[in-house]
This record gives sequence, structure tokens and C-alpha cells, in this order.
Amino acid sequence: MSTRAAQALRHSGDVVCAVRGLTKTYPAVRGRRGTPGTPEVRATDDVRLDIRRGEIFGLLGPNGAGKTTLVRQLTGLMRPDRGSVEILGHDIVRHPERAARILAYLGQESTALDELTVSLAAETTGRLRGLDVRQARAERDAVLDELGLGPLAGRPIKKLSGGQRRLACFAAALVGERPLLVLDEPTTAMDPVARRAVWSAVDRRRAERATTVLLVTHNVIEAETVLDRVAVLDRGRVIACDTPSGLKERVAGEVRVELLWRDRAPLEVPEVAALQDRVVESGRRWTLRLAPEEARAVVATVTGGAAFAALDDFTLATPSLEDVYLALGGAAQQGLVKA
Amino acid sequence: MSVVPAEVLPGSVLAVDETARPAAAELGPRARLWPSLCAVYRAQLSRARVARIPLLFVATFQSIGIMILMRGVVDGGAEAQAVVAGSSVLVVAFVALNLLAQYFGQLRASGGLDHYATLPVPPAAVVLGAAGAYASFTVPGTVVTALFGCVLFGLPVAHLWVLVAVIPLAGAALAGLGAALGLLAPRPELATLLGQLGMSAALLLGVLPADRMPEVVRFARDLLPSTYGVEAFARTFGPHPDWAFVLGDLAVCGVVGVVSLAVATWAYRRAAVR
Ligand SMILES: Nc1ncnc2c1ncn2[C@@H]1O[C@H](COP(=O)(O)OP(=O)(O)O)[C@@H](O)[C@H]1O
Ligand SMILES: [Mg+2]
Repeated sequence: MSTRAAQALRHSGDVVCAVRGLTKTYPAVRGRRGTPGTPEVRATDDVRLDIRRGEIFGLLGPNGAGKTTLVRQLTGLMRPDRGSVEILGHDIVRHPERAARILAYLGQESTALDELTVSLAAETTGRLRGLDVRQARAERDAVLDELGLGPLAGRPIKKLSGGQRRLACFAAALVGERPLLVLDEPTTAMDPVARRAVWSAVDRRRAERATTVLLVTHNVIEAETVLDRVAVLDRGRVIACDTPSGLKERVAGEVRVELLWRDRAPLEVPEVAALQDRVVESGRRWTLRLAPEEARAVVATVTGGAAFAALDDFTLATPSLEDVYLALGGAAQQGLVKA
Repeated sequence: MSVVPAEVLPGSVLAVDETARPAAAELGPRARLWPSLCAVYRAQLSRARVARIPLLFVATFQSIGIMILMRGVVDGGAEAQAVVAGSSVLVVAFVALNLLAQYFGQLRASGGLDHYATLPVPPAAVVLGAAGAYASFTVPGTVVTALFGCVLFGLPVAHLWVLVAVIPLAGAALAGLGAALGLLAPRPELATLLGQLGMSAALLLGVLPADRMPEVVRFARDLLPSTYGVEAFARTFGPHPDWAFVLGDLAVCGVVGVVSLAVATWAYRRAAVR
């Protein structure tokens, strides 16, 4: 153990990435002819995070919550207006170029690799991460094998399905070891087999090398199953940060009731009308978060009498992170995905 | 113990920047210029091969078509030399200027630069690798065009070897210009437009004989880097080429190439961190 490294441990504890007061506002864009302008957007609003060594830390939020903007500031791709980002003791706001030597980033776009074959994309990325030809090829082969991409190695990434393309880009991100992986919605469009390959590759690195993972997702099921801790993001602000089960405890006393009406809610039934100001409505679907005895009463009401004729389907469930998001005052009624 | 043991990091030629605080963990290695340039070059050449071969045919046929058209207007002499040289360099302009401007414009707009910007690779390696690949990609089209022109106009093929210097130097100048335009244009459509305008300028100002142009147009012609590649190449068709002038023209191409590639590298740096 070197002296310097020992100091690192003493000074920063186990925090790999410390974010303080991070703020970023996109300026308003004036409309051109034919296209309306957009107002100023505060995409990251006074964000504070501590990501610890070896954990899978999630950023959960609906589309437009500011997740991508936040990680682009952590990876040195975007300069924040205010605030600090420290990764493994390096000030990334002052030295954005150091981020590339500490972390691997899987962005939402793959255009830089699109026209390469899977194999060449992985090899080239490894070489640009500083590996020599021999190392880059060896790691490429190992990673493609690990992710089951061997049969696709010679195919151009552009010609693959959306999920396969994501997996190929994920492979490129793994060639050339990094202590921190920043993955922006890595499993979008992936089938369950590919997802499992991603999570076992992540787990292996965490077990063997204590790799830290920052994962962006808008998928609540994924968040509940793979994350150690999660920051819930809404309109640029972190509205909660805890373990998934810790977050769910905040709404533990509640049950979620979903009602699907045939064509519209039967508001002429007084019990149904009384619920109206407590529901989250999306088309024919009503979602309610209720105490268990209330939920029982609602189910009794809608499964009997006049309301039943208007009911298509209903479900009762224990709360998910989506309910946490809504309970915390999350603004978007849609945008989180359960799949 | 650092957060990740240094031995785990590849290469392990690890130096912590002197300005870093003592608590900072060691950084992974930087990719060195030459190896990463080669890696980018190889990758770009392979994607050009897959996606751009039809366009190379278009570029070549365009130049051959222009020469056939001009066959009716000029008959031999200096004008024929200018037409063949101009049509050959036009292939370089089509690919290196036009297609590269388009490529970088789209890469920037779609967020593709993020990929390179989060790798420890020198900006010059990305720009030079791409420019080099696009310039190499013009070689077959340029050679075919030059050979066809020589046959069509009855010009000597003895000094066609000068293409060995003309293609890389004109290629550097035009690719640098194309990359800079693509990276500086605020929108990708504008990058495409600028690339195409540049190519049209190379066509009109490079292929049509200079003597018949008005003064203003001739001035514009002198500003275009491809002109010097055309002139250098055209001079070599004569019975006794003046090699000093050929070298002089090529030197201009080289200087423009260095400057425009430097501008493109600067533009890349600027575009990569927003
Ligand atoms: N380049 C940009 N210019 C202006 N506004 C932007 C830009 N990128 C994102 N935004 C806005 O910032 C907010 C956050 O976007 P983003 O970080 O992409 O969210 P997420 O990744 O959570 O979907 C959104 O309202 C989006 O419209
Ligand atoms: Mg996003």
C-alpha cells in the first residue's frame, strides 16, 4: 500500500464520487420561424450526492428529470454553472479531462460506433483507453465472450436490433478497466437475456475489483432489483436518496389500487366521485394510494353495484418506487417505466 | 490502498498530476498520440469502406463526366491539363471536404463526440485519424480519374506519381477544412451545406480554366486550398515541368493543411466540452 494511496483512504473514506451544490441551467432558446422557442430549463438544481465505493448507485427519474444532464457533468462532458464534483479526489469541474482516465461512460447515443463492427468498436475503444493492441484484443475477446456477443462480433452495430446495439456499446465501455462505470440507461430495449448479461458483468466487476457503478434509469423494476442505493430525481432536484427498501418504507402503510374503467369513470356513483381528487388519472386508468382499510372499501365499492358495470379491471399491489416517487411529490405522472 | 489498486489499471504507467491534491487516486493511462491516431484511422477507414463506397463511385463518375463534357470545349494544351488536374482533385474535395464536414456535423449534433470525449485520447488523434482515413479513401477514385483524363486528352502519364504527394497534401488541406466546418457549424444541416458549397467551389474554380475567369473569381480561386493541389498536378503534364513551382504549390497545400487541421483540432476540443 503506497503512502499516497493510504492517504486517499483516510481523507475521502469510502466515497468515490462527491457532488455538492451542482446546478446547471440551459438557456432559453428563442423561436425561429415555424419552431417555437423553449424557456430556460434548470436541469440540475443544487444536487448533492455521495457515491460509495463498490455500490451500484442509481439515478431514477422520469424522462426530462435531468438524469443525463447530471451524469454529463460528472463525466466532464459539461461544465456546471455552480457546484463541485470530486471523483476519487480529483476535481472534475476544474479538470474535466481527468474524468476520462478514471471512469468509463456509456452514453445514450451510439453514433460514434454505429458503423463499426461489434468487434472493432470494442477493440478501438480499448485502444483509445490506452491499451496496446495485444491487450485491447485480449480484453475485447474476453468481454464479447462474457456478454455472449461472440456470434455478432463481425456485424456492423448499425445492423443490430436496438437491444443488441446497446449491449455492444456496453461491451465497448468495459474494455479497459475503470474503477467507476457511468451507464446512462444501459438496458433500454434489451431483452431479459441481455439484461441479465449486463447485470452479471457488473456484479462480477464489483465482486472482483470493487468497481463502482452509477446507473441512470427510468425503470422502477430495474431500480428495485439491482440498485444498492437510489437518488430519486425530479425536475433537476434530488427529492430522496436511500436504499430501495428504505424508500419503500416511507409508503409502507399504503396500498396501490389501480382501476381500469371501460370507457369513463362512473362519477354518478357518489363513492367513486368522492375519490376523484385523490386519484392520478391517465386515460381510463385511475391510480390511488390508500391505507389498507380504505383500499378494501374501495374494492368493495367498485366490485359491486353501479360502479362494477363501468369497471374493466382492477389491481391491488404493494407500493413500488413509482409510488415513492409520487408520494414525494414527483411531478410527472408518466415517464417511469415498469418492465 | 487506493480506491482501485493501481496494479489493476491497465498499463500501470501511472503518474498523478503534480497539481492534484495528495488524496487523489492515481489516474489511468493516457492513450498516446500515435497509437490512438492509428486506431481511429483504422476504425474510420473501415466505416468508410462499409458506408461510403457508393459515394466514392459517385465522386469518380462526377469527375469523369465533367471531363467528358469539357472534352467538347477544350482541346489539348494547358486547358486540358487544368481540366484533368481539377477533376482529379475534385474527387479529394468531394470526400475529404464534403463528406467529412457532413460526418463531423452529424457526430456533433447527435452527441457522438461524447464517446471520444470520455476516452483519454488526444483531440489531434481523433481529427487526424478521421481526416487521414477520408483522404486515403479518395486514392482509388483520384487515380482512376487521372488515368482516364490522361487517356481522354492524350496527356502523358509519366509524372502521375506526383499524386503520391498531391493526394495527401491536398487531402490534408481539404479534410482539415471539412472537419473544421463540420465541428464549427452550429447545426448539422449547416455543416452539410458548407461542405457542399466548398465542393462546388472546388468544382467551378478548380476545373474551369482560370484564364477565362473574371478578376474577382480568380481571386476566390487563389483563396481555395484545392487550387494549389490542382496547379501542382497540372504543371507536371508539361514536357519540362518546373519542379520548383510544383514544390511551391505543394508547400502551400501543406501549410494550409497544417493550419486547417490545427483549427479543426481546436474546434473539436471546443465541441467536446459544452
Ligand atoms: N441541450 C439542451 N438544451 C436545452 N435543454 C435541454 C438540453 N438537453 C436537455 N434539456 C432539457 O433539460 C431537461 C433535462 O433533460 P435530460 O437531462 O436529458 O433528462 P433525462 O435524461 O432525465 O431524461 C429536460 O427538460 C430537457 O428538455
Ligand atoms: Mg436521459
